[in-house]
Amino acid sequence: MPVRVQEADFDVSAELAALRQGDARIGALATFVGVVRDMNDGSGVSEMTLEHYPGMTEKALEAIVIEAKGRWNIFDALVIHRVGRLLPTEQIVFVAVSGAHRGETFAACEFIMDYLKTRAPFWKREVTAEGARWVDARETDDTAAKRWQG
Amino acid sequence: MLKILYFASLRETLGRGAESLELPGGVSDVSGLLQLLTARGGEWGQLATVKNLRYAVNQEMAQLDSPLRAGDEVAFFPPVTGG
Repeated sequence: MPVRVQEADFDVSAELAALRQGDARIGALATFVGVVRDMNDGSGVSEMTLEHYPGMTEKALEAIVIEAKGRWNIFDALVIHRVGRLLPTEQIVFVAVSGAHRGETFAACEFIMDYLKTRAPFWKREVTAEGARWVDARETDDTAAKRWQG
Repeated sequence: MLKILYFASLRETLGRGAESLELPGGVSDVSGLLQLLTARGGEWGQLATVKNLRYAVNQEMAQLDSPLRAGDEVAFFPPVTGG
Protein backbone atom coordinates (compact mmCIF):
# COMPACT_ATOMS: atom_id res chain seq x y z
CA MET A 1 0.00 0.00 0.00
CA PRO A 2 2.11 2.96 -1.21
CA VAL A 3 -0.36 5.69 -0.12
CA ARG A 4 -2.13 6.21 3.20
CA VAL A 5 -4.34 9.04 4.49
CA GLN A 6 -4.94 8.72 8.23
CA GLU A 7 -5.62 10.59 11.47
CA ALA A 8 -3.11 8.52 13.44
CA ASP A 9 0.55 9.43 13.79
CA PHE A 10 3.18 7.33 12.01
CA ASP A 11 6.47 5.76 13.11
CA VAL A 12 9.19 6.76 10.64
CA SER A 13 11.51 3.96 11.72
CA ALA A 14 8.86 1.24 11.44
CA GLU A 15 7.67 2.54 8.05
CA LEU A 16 11.24 2.55 6.69
CA ALA A 17 11.87 -0.96 7.97
CA ALA A 18 8.70 -2.15 6.19
CA LEU A 19 9.69 -0.40 2.99
CA ARG A 20 13.13 -2.08 2.98
CA GLN A 21 12.09 -5.51 4.30
CA GLY A 22 15.38 -7.21 3.47
CA ASP A 23 15.54 -6.03 -0.14
CA ALA A 24 19.28 -6.22 -0.91
CA ARG A 25 18.91 -4.27 -4.17
CA ILE A 26 18.30 -1.10 -2.14
CA GLY A 27 21.31 1.20 -1.79
CA ALA A 28 19.49 4.42 -0.98
CA LEU A 29 16.48 5.52 1.06
CA ALA A 30 15.39 9.15 0.75
CA THR A 31 12.80 10.45 3.19
CA PHE A 32 10.92 13.65 3.96
CA VAL A 33 8.92 14.43 7.10
CA GLY A 34 6.67 17.51 7.21
CA VAL A 35 5.95 18.89 10.69
CA VAL A 36 3.45 21.42 12.12
CA ARG A 37 5.18 24.71 13.02
CA ASP A 38 4.03 27.12 15.74
CA MET A 39 4.34 30.09 13.36
CA ASN A 40 2.96 30.93 9.89
CA ASP A 41 2.80 34.23 8.00
CA GLY A 42 3.90 36.14 11.07
CA SER A 43 1.27 34.71 13.44
CA GLY A 44 1.62 32.17 16.20
CA VAL A 45 -0.23 28.92 15.40
CA SER A 46 -1.73 26.95 18.29
CA GLU A 47 -3.30 24.13 16.24
CA MET A 48 -4.41 23.21 12.73
CA THR A 49 -7.02 21.01 11.12
CA LEU A 50 -6.40 19.24 7.83
CA GLU A 51 -9.40 18.61 5.59
CA HIS A 52 -9.25 16.44 2.48
CA TYR A 53 -11.36 15.01 -0.34
CA PRO A 54 -11.72 11.30 0.50
CA GLY A 55 -11.34 9.20 -2.62
CA MET A 56 -9.73 11.85 -4.76
CA THR A 57 -6.89 12.34 -2.28
CA GLU A 58 -5.80 8.71 -2.51
CA LYS A 59 -6.13 8.71 -6.31
CA ALA A 60 -4.09 11.91 -6.63
CA LEU A 61 -1.32 10.58 -4.37
CA GLU A 62 -1.23 7.25 -6.20
CA ALA A 63 -0.98 9.07 -9.54
CA ILE A 64 1.97 11.11 -8.22
CA VAL A 65 3.79 7.96 -7.04
CA ILE A 66 3.17 6.26 -10.41
CA GLU A 67 4.55 9.31 -12.21
CA ALA A 68 7.64 9.33 -9.98
CA LYS A 69 8.24 5.65 -10.72
CA GLY A 70 7.97 6.40 -14.44
CA ARG A 71 10.46 9.26 -14.28
CA TRP A 72 13.17 7.75 -12.09
CA ASN A 73 14.69 4.35 -11.65
CA ILE A 74 13.42 3.77 -8.11
CA PHE A 75 12.14 0.59 -6.48
CA ASP A 76 9.32 1.77 -4.26
CA ALA A 77 7.72 4.84 -2.71
CA LEU A 78 5.49 5.44 0.28
CA VAL A 79 3.35 8.48 1.09
CA ILE A 80 1.54 8.92 4.43
CA HIS A 81 -0.49 12.10 5.03
CA ARG A 82 -2.33 12.84 8.23
CA VAL A 83 -5.72 14.59 8.44
CA GLY A 84 -7.77 16.00 11.30
CA ARG A 85 -6.56 18.11 14.23
CA LEU A 86 -2.79 18.53 14.63
CA LEU A 87 -0.67 20.47 17.12
CA PRO A 88 2.71 22.18 16.63
CA THR A 89 5.63 19.66 16.54
CA GLU A 90 3.33 16.87 15.27
CA GLN A 91 4.20 15.04 12.06
CA ILE A 92 1.95 15.81 9.05
CA VAL A 93 3.39 14.01 6.06
CA PHE A 94 5.94 11.29 5.30
CA VAL A 95 7.48 10.45 1.94
CA ALA A 96 9.99 7.64 1.55
CA VAL A 97 11.62 6.42 -1.65
CA SER A 98 13.87 3.40 -2.12
CA GLY A 99 16.32 2.95 -4.98
CA ALA A 100 19.78 1.78 -5.91
CA HIS A 101 21.47 5.20 -5.79
CA ARG A 102 20.93 8.49 -3.98
CA GLY A 103 20.51 10.78 -7.00
CA GLU A 104 17.31 9.24 -8.28
CA THR A 105 15.83 8.62 -4.83
CA PHE A 106 16.48 12.22 -3.70
CA ALA A 107 14.93 13.59 -6.91
CA ALA A 108 11.88 11.31 -6.74
CA CYS A 109 11.29 12.20 -3.07
CA GLU A 110 11.43 15.93 -3.79
CA PHE A 111 9.20 15.54 -6.86
CA ILE A 112 6.55 13.65 -4.87
CA MET A 113 6.47 16.41 -2.22
CA ASP A 114 6.32 19.22 -4.80
CA TYR A 115 3.44 17.56 -6.65
CA LEU A 116 1.65 16.64 -3.40
CA LYS A 117 1.76 20.31 -2.39
CA THR A 118 0.02 21.47 -5.58
CA ARG A 119 -2.12 18.49 -6.68
CA ALA A 120 -3.36 16.51 -3.69
CA PRO A 121 -6.68 17.84 -2.30
CA PHE A 122 -5.75 18.74 1.28
CA TRP A 123 -6.58 22.06 2.96
CA LYS A 124 -5.12 23.46 6.19
CA ARG A 125 -7.11 25.56 8.62
CA GLU A 126 -5.00 27.02 11.40
CA VAL A 127 -5.89 28.61 14.72
CA THR A 128 -3.90 31.74 15.63
CA ALA A 129 -4.22 34.37 18.37
CA GLU A 130 -6.24 36.44 15.86
CA GLY A 131 -8.67 33.58 15.19
CA ALA A 132 -9.00 30.65 12.79
CA ARG A 133 -8.07 31.04 9.12
CA TRP A 134 -7.69 28.91 6.02
CA VAL A 135 -4.09 28.77 4.87
CA ASP A 136 -3.48 30.43 1.48
CA ALA A 137 -1.73 28.50 -1.26
CA ARG A 138 1.83 29.71 -1.88
CA GLU A 139 3.15 30.79 -5.25
CA THR A 140 6.52 29.29 -4.33
CA ASP A 141 4.83 25.85 -4.22
CA ASP A 142 3.56 26.33 -7.79
CA THR A 143 7.04 27.39 -8.87
CA ALA A 144 8.58 24.34 -7.20
CA ALA A 145 6.16 21.99 -8.97
CA LYS A 146 6.63 23.66 -12.36
CA ARG A 147 10.39 23.04 -12.47
CA TRP A 148 9.65 19.32 -12.99
CA GLN A 149 7.70 20.06 -16.16
CA GLY A 150 8.97 20.32 -19.71
CA MET B 1 -28.32 13.52 -11.05
CA LEU B 2 -25.08 15.33 -10.37
CA LYS B 3 -23.30 15.01 -7.03
CA ILE B 4 -21.66 18.33 -6.18
CA LEU B 5 -19.07 18.71 -3.39
CA TYR B 6 -17.60 21.84 -1.80
CA PHE B 7 -14.45 21.88 0.32
CA ALA B 8 -12.56 24.03 2.80
CA SER B 9 -13.30 27.80 2.81
CA LEU B 10 -15.86 27.32 0.03
CA ARG B 11 -17.76 24.72 2.09
CA GLU B 12 -17.90 27.19 4.98
CA THR B 13 -18.99 30.15 2.85
CA LEU B 14 -21.72 28.18 1.08
CA GLY B 15 -22.86 26.51 4.30
CA ARG B 16 -22.84 23.03 2.79
CA GLY B 17 -20.40 20.34 1.79
CA ALA B 18 -22.51 18.48 -0.73
CA GLU B 19 -25.71 18.55 -2.75
CA SER B 20 -27.45 16.58 -5.47
CA LEU B 21 -28.74 18.36 -8.53
CA GLU B 22 -30.65 17.19 -11.58
CA LEU B 23 -28.34 18.03 -14.51
CA PRO B 24 -30.19 21.01 -16.00
CA GLY B 25 -30.80 21.14 -19.73
CA GLY B 26 -28.27 23.37 -21.45
CA VAL B 27 -25.53 22.63 -18.91
CA SER B 28 -22.91 20.49 -20.60
CA ASP B 29 -19.65 21.41 -18.87
CA VAL B 30 -18.09 22.74 -15.66
CA SER B 31 -18.39 26.32 -16.88
CA GLY B 32 -22.15 25.94 -17.43
CA LEU B 33 -22.67 24.46 -13.98
CA LEU B 34 -20.60 27.24 -12.42
CA GLN B 35 -22.77 29.89 -14.10
CA LEU B 36 -25.93 28.16 -12.89
CA LEU B 37 -24.69 27.96 -9.28
CA THR B 38 -23.39 31.55 -9.27
CA ALA B 39 -26.81 32.75 -10.48
CA ARG B 40 -28.31 31.59 -7.17
CA GLY B 41 -27.04 34.91 -5.82
CA GLY B 42 -25.92 35.81 -2.29
CA GLU B 43 -22.97 33.78 -1.06
CA TRP B 44 -22.98 31.75 -4.30
CA GLY B 45 -21.39 34.77 -5.98
CA GLN B 46 -18.21 33.57 -4.21
CA LEU B 47 -17.89 30.89 -6.89
CA ALA B 48 -17.27 33.64 -9.44
CA THR B 49 -14.98 35.78 -7.29
CA VAL B 50 -12.88 33.29 -5.28
CA LYS B 51 -9.23 33.42 -6.33
CA ASN B 52 -8.01 30.46 -8.39
CA LEU B 53 -11.10 28.28 -7.94
CA ARG B 54 -10.30 24.62 -8.70
CA TYR B 55 -12.66 21.95 -10.03
CA ALA B 56 -12.63 18.17 -10.21
CA VAL B 57 -14.91 15.85 -12.17
CA ASN B 58 -15.14 12.26 -10.95
CA GLN B 59 -12.18 12.90 -8.64
CA GLU B 60 -9.82 14.10 -11.38
CA MET B 61 -8.68 17.72 -11.74
CA ALA B 62 -10.82 19.33 -14.46
CA GLN B 63 -11.01 22.43 -16.66
CA LEU B 64 -13.86 24.85 -17.30
CA ASP B 65 -14.66 23.06 -20.56
CA SER B 66 -14.59 19.56 -19.04
CA PRO B 67 -17.87 17.87 -20.07
CA LEU B 68 -20.50 16.84 -17.51
CA ARG B 69 -22.89 13.90 -17.71
CA ALA B 70 -25.65 12.66 -15.43
CA GLY B 71 -24.13 10.67 -12.56
CA ASP B 72 -20.90 12.68 -12.45
CA GLU B 73 -19.32 13.81 -9.18
CA VAL B 74 -18.22 17.45 -9.44
CA ALA B 75 -16.16 19.21 -6.76
CA PHE B 76 -15.30 22.88 -6.27
CA PHE B 77 -12.50 23.96 -3.96
CA PRO B 78 -9.77 26.57 -3.34
CA PRO B 79 -6.12 25.84 -4.22
CA VAL B 80 -4.78 22.95 -2.15
CA THR B 81 -2.53 23.52 0.90
CA GLY B 82 -1.44 20.08 2.11
CA GLY B 83 2.02 18.79 2.90
